[in-house]
Amino acid sequence: MKDKLNELAAQSAAAIEAADSLEALEELRVRFLGKKGELTAILKMMGKLSAEERPVMGQLANSVRAKLESELETRKKELGEKALEARMKAEALDVTLPGKHVELGHKHPMYIALDELKDIFIGMGFTVLDGPEVELAEYNFDKLNAEEGHPSRDWSDTFYFDNDSRVMLRSQTSPMQVRAMETMPLPIRIVAPGRVYRKDEVDATHSPMFHQVEGMVIDRHVTMADLKGTLNAMVRRLYGENTKTRFRPHHFPFTEPSCEMDVQCHKCGGVGCPTCKGEGWIELLGAGMIHPHVLEMSGIDPEVYSGWAFGIGLERTAMRRFKIADLRLIFENDLRFLTQF
Amino acid sequence: MLISRKWLDEFVSVKDNNKDFSEAMTLSGSKVEGWEELGKEMKNLVVGRVTDMAKHENSDHMWVCQVDVGAETVQIVTGAWNVHVGDIVPVAMHGAMLPGGKKIERGKLRGVESNGMLCGLYELGLDERDFPYAVITPAAILGDYHTLDKDKPSIPADIQPGHKIYGPVVAARMLEVMPLEDGSFHTCADIGGATVCPDTSCPNLHVGDMVAYNTKSDSYCTLADLHAEQAEFPHCIPDGIFLLHEEGVKPGDDLKPVIGADDTVVEFEITPNRPDCLSVIGLAREAAVTFKQELRLHTPVVKAESKEKLSDYLEVDIRDKQLCPRYTARMVKNVKIAPSPKWMRERLRASGVRPINNIVDITNYVMLEYGQPMHAFDYRYVKGGKIVVRRAEEGEELTTLDGGVRKLTNNMLVIADEHRAVGLAGIMGGLNSEIVADTVDVVFESANFNGTAIRKAALALGMRTEASAKFEKGLDIQNTIPAVDRACELVEMLGAGEVLPDTIDVCGELPAPTTLALRPEKINELLGTDIDVAEMREILRSLGFGVDENDIVTVPSWRGAVSHYSDLAEEVARIHSYNEIPNTLMSGATTQGGYDAKQLLERKLGEVCRSVGYNEIITYSFISPSYYDNIRLPADSPLRKSMRIMNPLGEDTSIMRTTVLPSMLEILTRNYNFRNKSAKLYEIGRIYFERPDGLADEPKILSLGAYGDGMDFFAMKGAVEDILESVRAEKVRFVLESGNPSYHPGRCARVYSGDALIGVFGQIHPLVARNYGVDCELYTAELAFDALWSVHGDEPEYTPLPRFPSVTRDIAVVCDAAIPAAELEDTIAACGGQYLRGIQLFDVYQGANIPDGKKSVAFSLTLRADDMTLTDEHAEETVAAILDGLEKSHGAVIR
Repeated sequence: MKDKLNELAAQSAAAIEAADSLEALEELRVRFLGKKGELTAILKMMGKLSAEERPVMGQLANSVRAKLESELETRKKELGEKALEARMKAEALDVTLPGKHVELGHKHPMYIALDELKDIFIGMGFTVLDGPEVELAEYNFDKLNAEEGHPSRDWSDTFYFDNDSRVMLRSQTSPMQVRAMETMPLPIRIVAPGRVYRKDEVDATHSPMFHQVEGMVIDRHVTMADLKGTLNAMVRRLYGENTKTRFRPHHFPFTEPSCEMDVQCHKCGGVGCPTCKGEGWIELLGAGMIHPHVLEMSGIDPEVYSGWAFGIGLERTAMRRFKIADLRLIFENDLRFLTQF
Repeated sequence: MLISRKWLDEFVSVKDNNKDFSEAMTLSGSKVEGWEELGKEMKNLVVGRVTDMAKHENSDHMWVCQVDVGAETVQIVTGAWNVHVGDIVPVAMHGAMLPGGKKIERGKLRGVESNGMLCGLYELGLDERDFPYAVITPAAILGDYHTLDKDKPSIPADIQPGHKIYGPVVAARMLEVMPLEDGSFHTCADIGGATVCPDTSCPNLHVGDMVAYNTKSDSYCTLADLHAEQAEFPHCIPDGIFLLHEEGVKPGDDLKPVIGADDTVVEFEITPNRPDCLSVIGLAREAAVTFKQELRLHTPVVKAESKEKLSDYLEVDIRDKQLCPRYTARMVKNVKIAPSPKWMRERLRASGVRPINNIVDITNYVMLEYGQPMHAFDYRYVKGGKIVVRRAEEGEELTTLDGGVRKLTNNMLVIADEHRAVGLAGIMGGLNSEIVADTVDVVFESANFNGTAIRKAALALGMRTEASAKFEKGLDIQNTIPAVDRACELVEMLGAGEVLPDTIDVCGELPAPTTLALRPEKINELLGTDIDVAEMREILRSLGFGVDENDIVTVPSWRGAVSHYSDLAEEVARIHSYNEIPNTLMSGATTQGGYDAKQLLERKLGEVCRSVGYNEIITYSFISPSYYDNIRLPADSPLRKSMRIMNPLGEDTSIMRTTVLPSMLEILTRNYNFRNKSAKLYEIGRIYFERPDGLADEPKILSLGAYGDGMDFFAMKGAVEDILESVRAEKVRFVLESGNPSYHPGRCARVYSGDALIGVFGQIHPLVARNYGVDCELYTAELAFDALWSVHGDEPEYTPLPRFPSVTRDIAVVCDAAIPAAELEDTIAACGGQYLRGIQLFDVYQGANIPDGKKSVAFSLTLRADDMTLTDEHAEETVAAILDGLEKSHGAVIR
C-alpha cells in the first residue's frame, strides 16, 4: 500500500505538471481525489491493514492527499493566470482607433464672450436686463440727451418704422438705462445685453445688426473713481490680472464726464504694432458719469443720486478674445467656424 | 482733422516727439488717430541746376546732364525729355533714398557714368495736386515716331521742315528753345522757308527736334492733336523730371523743405462737442494746456487803406435769422489772382486741402486756422449789389463749384443776389460767382449758420464738404469777425488786393456768455477725487474760461456745449488726467445680482440643445419679404404682416421677421452649400409683431434645424422631447400637422404640453427645400419660449424608489394601419389599472403575415405594485384588461 501511495504521488505530480488546461486539471482532480478516484481506491484497502500499520499509512495517505491538493491548487493558479493572459492578449485593442462620440453642440463664440461678461457683473451684484429692440426714439435719443438734430438720429444712420421717426430699431442698448431708471427701485445695478441696429453696410468690421452690453449703476455717492475701479476689475477678469488700461476723455450725449477705456495691446505690449495700429492701445468701451439731465428726465434727483454707465461692443470683444479677423464670420454661422469654440 | 505740426508751432512751442505729443494730446481729450512724417524716408536729396546737356551716344532717347548741386557738378544720365539747360531740378545723389525706400546708387547707363538721378514728381511721393505747375503736356516729337502699321506709316521717316502732315499741320525743326520764368518756353522753329516763334508749355522740345506745327493755331501739336496713340510716340509721355519753380531755391539746398517734406501731419479725431478743435488755433489751445506752454494768439491787423466803402457796394439781407444768425462780409478790390505763396500751399497741402489760387487759398487757410469756413465770391456776379440769405425755393436749381447741378428744397439755405442763388450756404459756392483768373473785386463771406440745417442739407444733397462738416457741429458765433479780418490781413500780406475799411456784420442780439458756479465739492464728489480748488481754477482759466472771485465761471463762446457743473468736472478731470483719478470699488447698499427664472430657463434650453449636439447660431432679425414666398406662406397669411423698415439698407433686410424659419433655412442652406456633410443648429431668437402703440411684441423662439447623417423625423422629435423633458413639461403629446405649407404634410407635428401649444417641427416641404436649392431632407423645429416657460415644471420632489420588483409583459396587436400609435398607448394607459407603470413601444411592423391595411404594434409593459410583489395572476389580469380595451376601442387583436 505504501508503494501504491508513493506511486500515486509520483504519478499524479507528473500528470498535474503536464495538465495544460483547467478542464484537464479538473479531470485529474476527479481521477486522483474524486469519490471514485485512485486515492479513495487505495484508502479502501486500509481495512486490510494491521492496527499498527493503519495510523502510519493513514498519515502517509493524508500527506499524499495534501500534496496532491496543493499541487492541483498551484497548477490551477498557474493555468488561471495563463488563461487570463491569453484572454487579455486576444482582447487587446488598437487604442489609437477613433472613439465613439456623443456629438456635443457648441455655444456661439459671441455668446461665450457675453456669458463671461454677464458672470463678471453678476458677481458684483448686477442683474441682467432684457428689453425691446423695436424702440421709441424718445428712449433711444431724447431721454438720453440726443436732441432732435443729433446726427445719429438721421435716416442715414438709424432704421425707422414711421415717417415721423418715432419708432425705430434701437441703435444702442442705452435706452435700457432709461427703462431701468423708470421702472426699477434705487439703487440700480444692471447689465443689459442685446441686439442693436445701425445703417452700416456689411464688411469685415461692420454689420447692420450687432450686439452691445450696457452697464449702469445708480446710487448715492457713486463716483468716476468707482466707474474706473469696476471697469478695471472687469478687464482684469476678462484679460488677466496684469492687463494695463487707460481712460481717455471722449464725448457721449448722455454721460458727463465721458471717457473711452483702452487696454494695452496684448500683441506688442504697448510698443505699437499693426494689431493696435501703432498706438499700443486698443479701444475697449465707452463710459461715463450719467449726465444729470438724463437722471432728471427719468425722475431721479441728481443732487442726491449719481451714476455711471458703460457700453461695450460684443462682436469686437469676442473677435479680440478669439482672434477672429472678420466680423462676417460671426453671422455666417459656418459649422466649421462654430465648432471651433 | 489733419494738422501740420509746423503750423501748430506758430501758436505753441511743443518740442515733444510725435509719439509723446500724440499720447499726451489723446489723454487730454484730443484723440490722435495717427501721424505721418512727410519726408521720413527721404535721404540725400538736393536741389540741382542743369548746366549742360548732351545726347547719349549709345541711346536714342537718353540725355547726359551736368548738374550743379552746390558743392560740385555731377554727371547724371536721364531718360526724361523735358529737361533743359538752366532747369532747377530735384537730384537724388549717390546713396539717396526716395519715398517708398528706393535707394539710388551711382552706376553706368549704357556705358556712361551716372552719379545719381533726376527725380520726377511721383518719385518724390508727390503728384500734380501738390504742384499744379508741374503738369507735363508733351509735344509729339517726330523723331520718336514708331508706326503701328509697318506698311502705312503716317509720318515718313525722311520728313523735312515744311512738309505738310495734314490740313494746317506741317513739319517743323526746332531752332531755339528758351525756358521762361513761369515754366513755359519761348521757341523758334523752321517750317521750311519760314521761321515761326510760338511760346509753348510743352517741355520736351530741344533744338534740332522735328515736330508737328499747326500753322493755324501757331502751336506745336501734342499726341492728342495728332490723334496719335501713346505707343506711336513712346517717349513723348506726360511724365518727366519735376522742374522746380520755387522762389529762393538754389543748387545744393536740401530738397525736403523745398517740397514741404520736413513737416509732420497729425490726424485728430475730434468729438462733436468740440468744433473749436477743428482748427489749428483750437488744437493749439489744447496743446498749450496739455504741455503747459504759452499760447501765442495773434489779433489780425488790417490796414485797409482803400478810400472806398463796402456799404456803397453791398447790402446784406438775412431773411431767415434762425438758419443764419450772423453774416459778416468784407470786400477786396482790384485783386491780383495768382498762386499763393509756397508756405501757404504747403500748409494747405499738409492739411489735405488742394491749393487753387491766392484768394481761394486764403479762405481755406483761414478756415483751417480759425475753424470758421469762409467763402469768396466774385462781386461782379452779385447782381444789384445785394446779398440775400434765404431759404431756397422748392425745386430751385444751383450749379455748385464742383459743376454739379443741385435741385434744392425749401429746407436749404442759399446765398443769393436779387435774382438768383450764388451759393449753397455753408456747403459750397455757386459756379456762377466763382473766383476766376480775371476776377477784380471779391467779397469775403464769414457767416454763422444753423448746424442741423446745414447737416441735413448736405446729407440730402450728398455733398458733405469741409465747410459743412464744420458748420454742422455748431460754430462759435463770435468767430466770424476775427476770421474775416484774418483773411483781409492775409490779402494785404500777399499783396493780393485792396481791402475796403468797413465790415458788414448782420446779426441779431448776440447771446450772453454762459455763466455757472464752479461747485468744487460737487466736482470732487462726482469724480471721487480731492482736487484743490486752486487747480480747478487754473485749469479752467488756461482753457479760456473766466473764473471770478466768487467762483462764477464764464464759458468762452467757442465752448457752446459747456452748461453744467458736470461739464466743468470733465474739463478739470481731463486736464488733471483721467488716469490720476483713483480706482475704487462701489460702496453703498449691496444688491442681489443674478439671472431671473426666465433667464435661467433660457440658459437651460441652450444647454440642452448643445448637449444633444446642436450648435448655436446668430441670425439677422430682419429679412426680405420674398423669404415668405420661399417658405410657401399663403398670400393672405397673417405672418406676412411684418413691420417694415422705412429706410432699409436693402430689400434683404427690409422687414422684421414674424417667423424664424427662413433664417434657420438660410443658415442650413449655407452650410449645405459649404459642403458640411451634416448640421445641427439652434438659435433662441426673436420674432416681431406690431402692437397698436407702434412698438412690437418680441417673443423668443427656440428654433432647431438639421440635415445629414442619422437625421430623420424621429431624430428631430427626440430632440424636441429632450427639450420638453428638460423643462419638466407634463402631458406632452404630438399631433400630425398636415396644414403647415412649409412642412411635409405627412411628416410634421404640433407639440403640446397639456392644452398649451409649444410649437411645430418636422421635415421641411420638398418644395421649400427646392426653393433653397437643397436636395436633401431638412428638419426644423420652432418652439415658443413663452409656451415653454408657461409649461415648465416645478423643481422635482423625491419619489421613494420601488421596494418590490416589477414584472414586464410584451404584447403585440394587429390593427388598422391608420391608427396612430399614440392612440393605442392612450388606451393602454386608460385600461392599465393600478399596476401599470410604463409603456414602451418597441416595434411597428407591416408586411408578410399581416393583412394589407393592417399593422402590428408591439409594446413592452412594466407592471409593479408599491406594497407587494406582483403575482402572475395580477399580471395576467392587467394584460387581459388592456387587450380587451384595445380590441373594443380600436379593433386591435392580439397577434
